[in-house]
Amino acid sequence: MDELPPDAGRDVTRTGRITADPARLEARRVRRRRMDLLAKAVITVIAFVAIAAVALIFLFVAREALPLVFGQFRDEVTLGSMILPQAWREGAGAIFSWQPVSTVPKYSLAPLVVGTLKVTVIALVFAVPLAVGAAVFSAEFASRRTREIIKPAIEMLAGVPSVVLGFFALIVLASLLQNLFGFTYRLNGIVAGIALGLALIPVVYTVSEDALIAVPRSYREASLALGASRARTAWSVIVPAAAPGIFAAVVLGFGRAMGETMIVLMASGNAAVLSLDPTSSVRTIPATIAAEMGEVVVGGAHWSVLFLLGTLLFLVTLTFNTLGARYVARMRRKMGERS
Amino acid sequence: MSLNAHRRADLALGGITGGAAFIILLVLALIAWDVLSNGLSQLSWEFISAAPREGMTEGGIFPAIFGTVALVLLMTVAVVPVGVITAVYLYEYARQDGLFARLIRGAVYNLAGVPSIVFGLFGLGFFIQFIGGRMDAFWYPGEVVWGQPAILWASLTLAVLTLPVVIVATEEALRTVPREHREAALALGSTRFEALVRIILPQALPGILTGAILAVARGAGETAPILFTGAAYFLPYLPTHPNDQFMNLGYHVYVLATQSPDIEATKPILYGTVLVLLLVTALLNVAAMVLRSRLRAA
Repeated sequence: MDELPPDAGRDVTRTGRITADPARLEARRVRRRRMDLLAKAVITVIAFVAIAAVALIFLFVAREALPLVFGQFRDEVTLGSMILPQAWREGAGAIFSWQPVSTVPKYSLAPLVVGTLKVTVIALVFAVPLAVGAAVFSAEFASRRTREIIKPAIEMLAGVPSVVLGFFALIVLASLLQNLFGFTYRLNGIVAGIALGLALIPVVYTVSEDALIAVPRSYREASLALGASRARTAWSVIVPAAAPGIFAAVVLGFGRAMGETMIVLMASGNAAVLSLDPTSSVRTIPATIAAEMGEVVVGGAHWSVLFLLGTLLFLVTLTFNTLGARYVARMRRKMGERS
Repeated sequence: MSLNAHRRADLALGGITGGAAFIILLVLALIAWDVLSNGLSQLSWEFISAAPREGMTEGGIFPAIFGTVALVLLMTVAVVPVGVITAVYLYEYARQDGLFARLIRGAVYNLAGVPSIVFGLFGLGFFIQFIGGRMDAFWYPGEVVWGQPAILWASLTLAVLTLPVVIVATEEALRTVPREHREAALALGSTRFEALVRIILPQALPGILTGAILAVARGAGETAPILFTGAAYFLPYLPTHPNDQFMNLGYHVYVLATQSPDIEATKPILYGTVLVLLLVTALLNVAAMVLRSRLRAA
């Protein structure tokens, strides 16, 4: 007890010495406890940022759309004139038209909504069979080594920036498809849909494969023991059992497709025509926001309409993501119970 | 069913699904080949170190590289502390089925699903109009200093976008730290915070790094959120101040590909830029993948 090191009482836990002045030790304990409480408080407060972010995104995007909803731009655009067909000239028939930059700005949402749905459906028609097929292959048929090539490769596709997929569609794919099928418009719904599909493949594949892998081994073993082939087992046992998960993958892909911006902005041609023809040029909601926001008057009618589109997009994708998550959770519960 | 029929069915379904997988890999290879074969000849020291010349048909893309790096650095500084602390709260402090933890998890999940263009609107409405506008009204009445597109606002917008990436990766890393280490630290008399800082976080560091790399890869590749929060097509200067605008690789690709008056003349530069962007994001993703698989093996 006669020779104390100079750091005694300051570094008790590290050196294991507890031979310091009791008053200093007590002070130290209080300090450490305070630090612990302070850290806990700070950590809890910062953890709130994620919740605040989602709330603020909705609030601040919707806030700019509010003047429109409350009729502040009544002369130029109302909710009614965005939804219902309008007769723009005396004696002309009522039509849906999106022409925000013209002497008489026209803000019909129909061409954009139909365009968004059209490209999304084309993307899903292209991506879902490929992605689910690849998922069935890597979960049921591929050897371990093949699977270890396919899975990271498809994950790499997820890492390709969407602007690069848009570039590829615009420069390479569009010419390729036009030469093959002779499209009237080089950039059209099919080109944009296929490029968008490439962005969906990793999402759909990953979620589907997880669902297939989660099917209990006993299912597979029981089916094979009953004499069913591997193909029959996959087709009649594994895929049906994983169906909610695969459905979730499609729903999540749908949400992702509706919100994707750069690919459709670059590859769709961006003409806001109301048409169901997949080979016509299309304009989607995200592409409209991206293309027009740069040139609008801050706080004007057009500005407000674009923020309203953003709010719509936020709500729709939120709904689809929540639905998708619910199916994934249901799938997990189901598999958890039965295995 | 005979064995032959079995084999035929297996071959048929295996062939169809394997074909699907093959088509995906083929498309991926096609993209890689197209970009490599057209872009590789562009890569030179001048290309990555010089500024564009002759209306973007000659010279290099250094300002775009610099802007992208500065952007993701600022983003990282903002997102990593918040993301790591949120994950620490979720895994080390919160009651797992508590309301607050469930709310945070829901928010993180939904944040990951918000379309990137909506983040752009958010950056414009919140950071530029609201925060920047208030700052101007307070410090520079009558002037526009902060209430305009700038690298600071773009990086903060990207930080919100990449927050889920960091949170998910950090939580996964915390999960790999054995419970016994926490218990041992507490049993030896350390406080929870001391155990966290001295025992748990150092072990989770590789996983946290993985998350940061993934966030950087994501942030470097995003274009839609920065369209109207700070990216510029051409600037004669490099961004040196947080309220400067900046050039960006993704935005450069977008403008060169869509708004060039002479696409054939800009094509070499365009392919070179795509290759650089693809190399950067791919290398970062591979680095994260390798780091993660090592982590799992350990």
